Amino acid sequence: MTTKLFGEPVRRREDPRLLTGRGRYLDDLGRDALAAAFVRSPHAHAVIRDIDVSAALDVDGLVAIYTWEDLPDRLAEPLPLLIPHPALTHGRTAYPLARDRVRHVGEPVVMVVARDRYVAEDACALIRVDYELLKPVVGVEEAAQSAQLVHDDVPGNVGAHMVQEVPSAGGLDVREVIEDAPHTLAFRLDIERSASTPLEGRGVYARWDADDSSLRVYSSTQTSTSVRMAVAAKLGLPLPKVEVIAPDVGGGFGVKIVHPWPEEVLLPWAAMLLDREVKWTEDRREHFVSSAHERAQVQFVRVGFDDDGRVLGLEVSILHDHGAYTPYGIIVPIITSTQLPGPYKIGSYRVEFSSVYTNTVQVTPYRGAGRPQAVFCMERTMDRIADHLGLDRTAVRAVNFIQPEEFPYDQGLIFQDGRPLIYDSGDYPESLRMLKELIGWDSFPAEKERAAAEGRRIGIGIGCYVEGTGVGPYEGGHVQVTSDGRVHVSTGLTSQGQGHETAFAQIAAAELGVPLERVSVVTGDTRRFGYAVGTFASRAAVMSGNAIALACRKVREKALRIAADALEADPRDLEITDGMVHVAGTPGAAIPLATVAVLSNPLRYAFDEEAARATQFAGASSFDKPPVPEGDEPGLEGRDYYSPIRSTFASGMHAAIVETDPLTAEIRILRYAVVHDCGNLINPMIVEGQIHGGVAQGVGGALYERMVYDGHGQLLNASFMDFLMPYATEVPHVETAHLQTPSPLNPLGIKGAGEAGVIPVSAVIASAVEDAEGIAIDKMPISPSELFDLRRAAS
Amino acid sequence: MAERTHDITLVVNGTVRRAAVPGRRLLSDCLRHDLGLTGTHVGCEHGVCGCCTVLLDGEPVRSCLTFAVTVDGHEITTVEGLADGERMSPVQRAFAECHGLQCGFCTPGFLCTVTAMLRDNPVPTEEEVLEGISGNLCRCTGYQNIVKAVHRAAEIMAEES
Repeated sequence: MTTKLFGEPVRRREDPRLLTGRGRYLDDLGRDALAAAFVRSPHAHAVIRDIDVSAALDVDGLVAIYTWEDLPDRLAEPLPLLIPHPALTHGRTAYPLARDRVRHVGEPVVMVVARDRYVAEDACALIRVDYELLKPVVGVEEAAQSAQLVHDDVPGNVGAHMVQEVPSAGGLDVREVIEDAPHTLAFRLDIERSASTPLEGRGVYARWDADDSSLRVYSSTQTSTSVRMAVAAKLGLPLPKVEVIAPDVGGGFGVKIVHPWPEEVLLPWAAMLLDREVKWTEDRREHFVSSAHERAQVQFVRVGFDDDGRVLGLEVSILHDHGAYTPYGIIVPIITSTQLPGPYKIGSYRVEFSSVYTNTVQVTPYRGAGRPQAVFCMERTMDRIADHLGLDRTAVRAVNFIQPEEFPYDQGLIFQDGRPLIYDSGDYPESLRMLKELIGWDSFPAEKERAAAEGRRIGIGIGCYVEGTGVGPYEGGHVQVTSDGRVHVSTGLTSQGQGHETAFAQIAAAELGVPLERVSVVTGDTRRFGYAVGTFASRAAVMSGNAIALACRKVREKALRIAADALEADPRDLEITDGMVHVAGTPGAAIPLATVAVLSNPLRYAFDEEAARATQFAGASSFDKPPVPEGDEPGLEGRDYYSPIRSTFASGMHAAIVETDPLTAEIRILRYAVVHDCGNLINPMIVEGQIHGGVAQGVGGALYERMVYDGHGQLLNASFMDFLMPYATEVPHVETAHLQTPSPLNPLGIKGAGEAGVIPVSAVIASAVEDAEGIAIDKMPISPSELFDLRRAAS
Repeated sequence: MAERTHDITLVVNGTVRRAAVPGRRLLSDCLRHDLGLTGTHVGCEHGVCGCCTVLLDGEPVRSCLTFAVTVDGHEITTVEGLADGERMSPVQRAFAECHGLQCGFCTPGFLCTVTAMLRDNPVPTEEEVLEGISGNLCRCTGYQNIVKAVHRAAEIMAEES
């Protein structure tokens, strides 16, 4: 008997360890390691004139102090530009330690290694860096005016400029279409910075084995395989001598996909040099000022539409703030500009962005990765059209939807993976119908009237999105059945709380017909699987899930072949149930998968009774064939890769009801509804959890979180006291409904789910506040005092 | 000059533990690095996130805002001490059952907070649960399943008492 596993809310296999304090996060490792700490720039823009370490040298417990001048060879070069793009004409990356210039507060200048972190910080405090201050560039508009330059050799502070245009069916360009449209609107939208802010910051722990000339690095990363390649390249080590492991990781949300961080190359280098274990654990302030942020954009929109609200032409110009450096290229504005059309057929579309340097923390993907900004833009546009025409907001959306029979639907754009943006499947009208029912859209006007009669202001808002998930190039899976009947699954990408150990085990157990308890899953450990890309872009389930399924199918095929031989049956008549290979309909004729694993590996030496069955005097099945037939391999294991032709597109729609306090302008979310379509569900409990968490981050971004820089480039709220992450008291109860339109692109029919929850929230809340207040909301996040000011300006 | 240390004795999860700590050593660091109890996590080191919450003589405290020397002679319970041997406590089991954790980093703090909350108030209302966990940040779950887990833990405790 095999329980149905795929699609079941199976409890997480990670939990017992994490609930009892037996998780192993980065800082839980290396108890005896030396500690590293960094002197970081207190200035947003300055020339380093001198570094005086003399006062620090007497600190008891100090081991070493390093500046850029100490760095050898490739370590002294700028860090890699990970994602080059032809439009990124002026990509710039930082040195692991600042060379002669610092470009944001928090940039590392000196690394100190000491007995423990307290001592390392003591030494840091005694190091004097002499800076010549330069005027910083703060904010995207100041950058665009380019009175000062962040990089002397980047004119206009423009790192990248990119245009994509999809003309109308009749071949007219967008501007012509908008000119000729029955109605046109033009407006500006603003979104501020936020950040991933996982509760565990970054961290690196390096162990050099001098006897073996090998390096083991643990990093709180979203991509151990790529950190490994970067470390090997930067330190000039042979790849097989470097292993990188992502241990339990306390959240990522995008920021930990960036690599190699300065610390990821500096710590291994110091460990080799000192022949000691060295560890660095990021503290909270460091995370605010030296990792990465996201979101900030200014968008200029022009739209032309007909009397029904059908969008005939849409022109969007985006100023994107990418901070001081561009290690992750221009992925974020590319995603904004290409995911902007959402579930709609836009008659003609032109999008242009300038990605500019500022003297602030670099911008790299944070959950949603440019999509929250895109959806904010598109959905604010839909609401404006509805308002202009006096139509229901959902009616305007419906008239623009791509219809179910129109898939695959080519948006005519090039996506973040360099491939055509073609939606694979979806059912947007059904999604909208479900959402309206879930939130009670049609009965809301009456509710609003009743509330108004009581002196209360409530409003309803909506936001729709399409999310390209499961981007390539590939992931792989390895599955091995050992002679004890256990199934060992490994994949190279990493986990940060998504429950991969559970979801991937469900897939393997279902594919192989074995009990879930016999399956164990390892992720993010290059000792187990060396080829991988990483966990980002809602891709883990799609990419590794399918790769593991394909690897399992290979194993299954081999198991059936070997079992057929042993049972003298036709492999086509065999099934695997509960770990037993048996002839369908003949329960007696069976052989355990464990025995098949034994038989798959012809042995000379017996190490136990099971193994004795596979030794050379146990009786060969045929003396005409070699023990391992040509083209075959010993062992019951399989490896396969999943490399999709293009991304698969998940979608969803959210609606919220908010109440705004007539006096204090406090904004409260009364209800929050989500209709979500990520194709087939592997584990609905985990998917729901992903949605809840995403919505909570979206609420943070809509109402509370922002990075407040002053004119000097100082981040004024670099602590949890001042950067307002929502607590339980701020997050609404999320009501969810699932639609499942399977992806035709992959064997399991799944789409990514990780980022979905966060994507439309700012758009939804803006829509709802606007409905409650009757005031245009075009900047997010919105605080009570901002709403209060808007009211005053409007009256 | 070597830093002066102080000998302290703590009763941690029912076991007497001794450590020699500098005056400035945080309780969180003492538990994690001196005593090897790494289940207590550090998320901000300024007393906001609640990851480092442990029970000091039964009451939840921020171990990152507590100097280890100040709790000499006191009893401390960390996440490692919540289970009864191999059997997880009702609060731990409820979190597993309700999917009240994802990355698990904030979880030990929640478990300690909720354990104390339910001891003092075995049948909390929805408001009381929200208030009770409003000093702990979670970036993964959106709290919905944590709230559910607190109610479920209360149920389990009632069933088993």
